[in-house]
Amino acid sequence: MTPLTVTPAVTAVRTRRSRRRAVVLASLAVLVVALATLALTVGAASLSPGRALLALFGVGDAGDLFVVQRLRLPRLGAALLAGAAFGLAGALFQSTLRNPLASPDILGIAGGASVGAVTVLLGLGMTGMAVSLGAFLGAATIALLIWFFAWRQGLHSIRFVLVGVGFAYLAASLLAWMLASADERDAATALVWTVGSVADVRGAELVMLGVGLAVLTLAAAVVSRWQGPLALGDDHARGLGVATDSARVTTLLVAVGLVALATATVGPLAFVALVAPAIARRLTDDGGPALSVSVATGAALVLSADIVAQHGLLGVAAPTGIVTGIVGAPYLLWLLATHERRTRA
Amino acid sequence: MIDIPPTTVTPRASSSSGASRSGDLTAHGVSIGYDGHPVIEGLDLTLPEGRVTAIVGPNACGKSTLLRGLARLHPLTAGRVTLGEQEVTAMPRKALARLVGVLPQSSVAPDGVRVAELVGRGRFPHQGWFGRHSSDDDVVVQRSLVATGVADLADRPVAELSGGQRQRVWIAMVLAQETDVVLLDEPTTFLDVTHQVELLDLLHDLNREHGTTVVMVLHELNLAARYADHLVVMSAGRVVAQGTPADVLDEATVLEAFGLDARVVRDPVAGSPMIVPIGRHHRPDGTPAPDGSTEPTS
Repeated sequence: MTPLTVTPAVTAVRTRRSRRRAVVLASLAVLVVALATLALTVGAASLSPGRALLALFGVGDAGDLFVVQRLRLPRLGAALLAGAAFGLAGALFQSTLRNPLASPDILGIAGGASVGAVTVLLGLGMTGMAVSLGAFLGAATIALLIWFFAWRQGLHSIRFVLVGVGFAYLAASLLAWMLASADERDAATALVWTVGSVADVRGAELVMLGVGLAVLTLAAAVVSRWQGPLALGDDHARGLGVATDSARVTTLLVAVGLVALATATVGPLAFVALVAPAIARRLTDDGGPALSVSVATGAALVLSADIVAQHGLLGVAAPTGIVTGIVGAPYLLWLLATHERRTRA
Repeated sequence: MIDIPPTTVTPRASSSSGASRSGDLTAHGVSIGYDGHPVIEGLDLTLPEGRVTAIVGPNACGKSTLLRGLARLHPLTAGRVTLGEQEVTAMPRKALARLVGVLPQSSVAPDGVRVAELVGRGRFPHQGWFGRHSSDDDVVVQRSLVATGVADLADRPVAELSGGQRQRVWIAMVLAQETDVVLLDEPTTFLDVTHQVELLDLLHDLNREHGTTVVMVLHELNLAARYADHLVVMSAGRVVAQGTPADVLDEATVLEAFGLDARVVRDPVAGSPMIVPIGRHHRPDGTPAPDGSTEPTS
């Protein structure tokens, strides 16, 4: 029993950490299943959970099948997938830039995705894959511009955030201008691109979102190994053998892809990418980036926001993005009010 | 639960009692600058393997910049660095991180991270694509915690520790990298004198027990003189003097490098040279300056 071969304390810390993460993930999974059941059963045509479940697997009368499979399931899927994508993207941004404010919606990268998507949709008149591509190009362009203006012998996260906030305004103005000039488009389309909504997502878009999310999640799993060293700062990360600049670029590229993918499908759901990772980090509380937990919190957050948006908000159906904004804005204020104090501590 | 076979890791001391493996760390014509302003130009320097080297010099003399260049934390504008036969400058970063560990000047731990987990990040250069932690890694982490005297703190959040404890934890992380060379940039800053001495004792042990080459930038001249086998004195981006502290530290060198009038006496405890600054108020007119001449006070 020498300290060289027996490591109870070290192993215990590691075991406790992974156990806590497993418990958090399991609880979130239970929450998501409960919310999903709610989403499938509650609505204009109320179904019992049993009937909804049967309809999910194609058993039941035509009305049930239509309501569950055609109306509610795509909406549920869009909420879960987009929430997961925003949550993961936000977690990657925040931990890579070491700043809880550095989320793609605050930085204007989600705005860039909106501008890109709307340009393709309204300007070029194309749909489907091309819209996602446009969203990705828009998001990547904004990201590169922020990079260009924030780079001074390395990447300083506070400058990145400030420059990004500027570009967020630019993107919002561009978007407003494009939507104002496109008078033949109906209000609902405009709404999707300014506040975001998981309603009316069609099957093909959903498949693309799902496949894209799967691919980018794999990529995120590969780049996530840099997160531990990067979280210690550039000098430590380099000392541990990470080429920090290329690691950051690669990681942010994956995150930009996630934002573009989700924004192209459901629009910019405000604050999800900001709030979901913050909740996830509080739940795990181990100093890690909480990537997997952010995926789950993002999904749960958007799904509950959409349930509130459909049924809860003063009895009036509202776009999902309105609810996420109402939840997210106070958090942002709290974060801004306490950020300085905590970084100094 | 993870079973740890009792023979997974051979203690490093047995393979390396005193004998270094990687060779001298050498700068060949190294130039380093910030924003196009050169701080160091064409510097040649050899830091002997298996020794404790302290780099001292006044503020802004380029000592930290040199260390950052040697560790590849900052790019060289010219020249190259070798470790024995190996080209440090051309090596993949991860391979370098298995040979050279570095403790930068400022270290901020992420919120909520615990001591054992932070030290575990020192294992990164030894891990594969998905960074899985193995039980071998646990053994190394545990050994590093024991070596730095923070094993009892394994489960504590780093943010809750005192400055001295925190600095030991960061050093434990560098030790967990298991490198032949350890570079430290002012490791004793922000520590009180007790913790400074404790930390330097720790680095001395590391060097004597494992033959680790230790290179540190130090502010405190007297501690540098006491703990270093090899002392490098820098001023304005140049090496003014180098060698054993006893050979290097005399009143002329201190005056040249630091612009400081000082007496150099024998440290009553360690026998190393000890610098006693004179200052403006302790040289009454007529009192002979150290070299016997009378200098006017300005």
